[in-house]
Amino acid sequence: MAGRKASTSARAPDRGSRLLPAGRGLRRIVRQNPLLVVGALVLLSVALACALAPALTPLDPIKTGFSGRLRAPLGLGGTWAHIMGTDNLGRDIWARVLYGGRISLALAAGAVLLAAGTGIVLGLFSGYAGGRIDDLIMRLADIQLAFPVIMLAIAIIAVVGTSEFAIIGVLALSGWVLYARTVRANLLSIRSLEYVEAARALGAGGLRIIFRHVLPNTTAPLLVIGTSQFATMVLLETGLSFLGLGIQAPRPSWGNMMAEGRDYLSNAWWLATIPGAAISLVVLGANLFGDGLRDLLDPRLRHR
Amino acid sequence: MSQYVARRLWHAALTLVGVSILVFVVLRVMPGDPAKMLLPEGAPQSAVEELDRQLGLHRPLAAQYLIFLHSVFRGDFGQSFQYRAPAARVVLDRVSATIDLTIAAMLLIIGVGVPIGLMAAVRHRTPYDYAGMVVAVLGQSLPNFWLGIMLILLFGVTMRWLPTSGFEGWRYLVLPSLTLAAYPTAFIARLTRSGMLEVLDQDFIRTARSKGLPGTTTVLRHALKNAIIPVLTVIGLQIGTLLSGAVITESVFAWPGIGKLIVDAIFSRDFPVVQTVLILSAATFVLVNLLADLLYTLVDPRIRYG
Repeated sequence: MAGRKASTSARAPDRGSRLLPAGRGLRRIVRQNPLLVVGALVLLSVALACALAPALTPLDPIKTGFSGRLRAPLGLGGTWAHIMGTDNLGRDIWARVLYGGRISLALAAGAVLLAAGTGIVLGLFSGYAGGRIDDLIMRLADIQLAFPVIMLAIAIIAVVGTSEFAIIGVLALSGWVLYARTVRANLLSIRSLEYVEAARALGAGGLRIIFRHVLPNTTAPLLVIGTSQFATMVLLETGLSFLGLGIQAPRPSWGNMMAEGRDYLSNAWWLATIPGAAISLVVLGANLFGDGLRDLLDPRLRHR
Repeated sequence: MSQYVARRLWHAALTLVGVSILVFVVLRVMPGDPAKMLLPEGAPQSAVEELDRQLGLHRPLAAQYLIFLHSVFRGDFGQSFQYRAPAARVVLDRVSATIDLTIAAMLLIIGVGVPIGLMAAVRHRTPYDYAGMVVAVLGQSLPNFWLGIMLILLFGVTMRWLPTSGFEGWRYLVLPSLTLAAYPTAFIARLTRSGMLEVLDQDFIRTARSKGLPGTTTVLRHALKNAIIPVLTVIGLQIGTLLSGAVITESVFAWPGIGKLIVDAIFSRDFPVVQTVLILSAATFVLVNLLADLLYTLVDPRIRYG
């Protein structure tokens, strides 16, 4: 805990040196930051429902049942057997939303983790090495940012195929720059602070300084970036699947369910509407959570 | 100042070279032989090789890249495999549809996003503020393909007010541009709001108010003038978001722009067209970015010496 001690004695940047401001109870967080709580609840309940899919429906999301195609959801003439109705191949939509959510959420989460991991390592490396390597990595970031995200993603997906790994990789490729730039900027500014120089004078090596001082002081902005990026990743993954370049039929994904439902807008509008509502709910939850988290961790931006 | 400009120009040039290398490498390792796709099933091997030679696909990659770069500088992006016409021509024929859509979306971003943000900031912590921000958060959360489909369902299928696909006249532009603009409009509204709140907090605003200037003068002449510069820069940079969004929006509405073109070209493995769209979009983004940065230095002298 040498780092922690040093950071309190030698005026470390206060942002994020502790994740939660001390002396604040859970109840106060709830009252002062309803966004955070609402967002967390939305995200958690959707994630939980998807994770517990087998317990919430006995039906198979892929098996087709031609006896009952395009059945309406409950309340519009449907039955309890298919509370959200059935699709054009007679598959239960509720089951497909749950199992599709598993895939969409897992891919988005995987992409955020991979983007964060790559971005943090490259950012640290860039800032630490400096010179040519720094230049090279930052130019790579420029190149990455020059492409409209979806265009580059579909071009790469067309090359490497639509496996889960490919999708996660493509999404991560579109997201690493934010982390790399943040970590690099923080590394450069923290490195020159007095307490870090003191630590170095005491013989702390580069890795020790990175893990004890730079990363802990960068946690807060990284968490904020990660949550709002989760929303973007869900949008991107479902967008790719919608275009037919993500998860392939018959496996359900919120994106490909919408693409299939599009052809039935005039006689079975719920086919496209329900998975879209699921996407919106998750993205809304992640956005609210991200905004709440930013308010909580960066008091300077509160209420903005 | 000139050093800063030189550095920005150099970086922009490097980025463009990187863009061309990346695009080239990605598309040339694509599996699925384009020559085989062009020829009828079961065409003899000699015909495949002949077409490979015609398309230049038999040379080593590095040589192909240099040839490619050389022709790009002459405005020659190769022949579209699918349309049997110069790729540049195929893409340029579609550019104007995307430009129409982008301009309509830009107008919405400026005409709706900025005023919402302004209103929310001036009426900070009132129902106006909250309503504006709820709309903005929703705008950032609804996937544009869903929004597009819902608009089609509502205005096209149910009420039959507006056409849902096709491309003749402004009525066809309404739904696609709303769909495309939703996300960036919400983003700009929030950015305008936070920028305005920051400026409204400052001492010179309090001075202006305390010396008795009317509220609108203070807000428009003093605050907005200061808050709008970064917002305008970011609006310029939305060109990237818009081009990305155009891919999906155009696919939803069957809009004949470059977004739909690149999706179709991907599915038919038409490399030269994909290449052209990617490079044109990236080049546009890099140039707009460069221009925004340079304009910014003109407007805000603090940057020049930063």
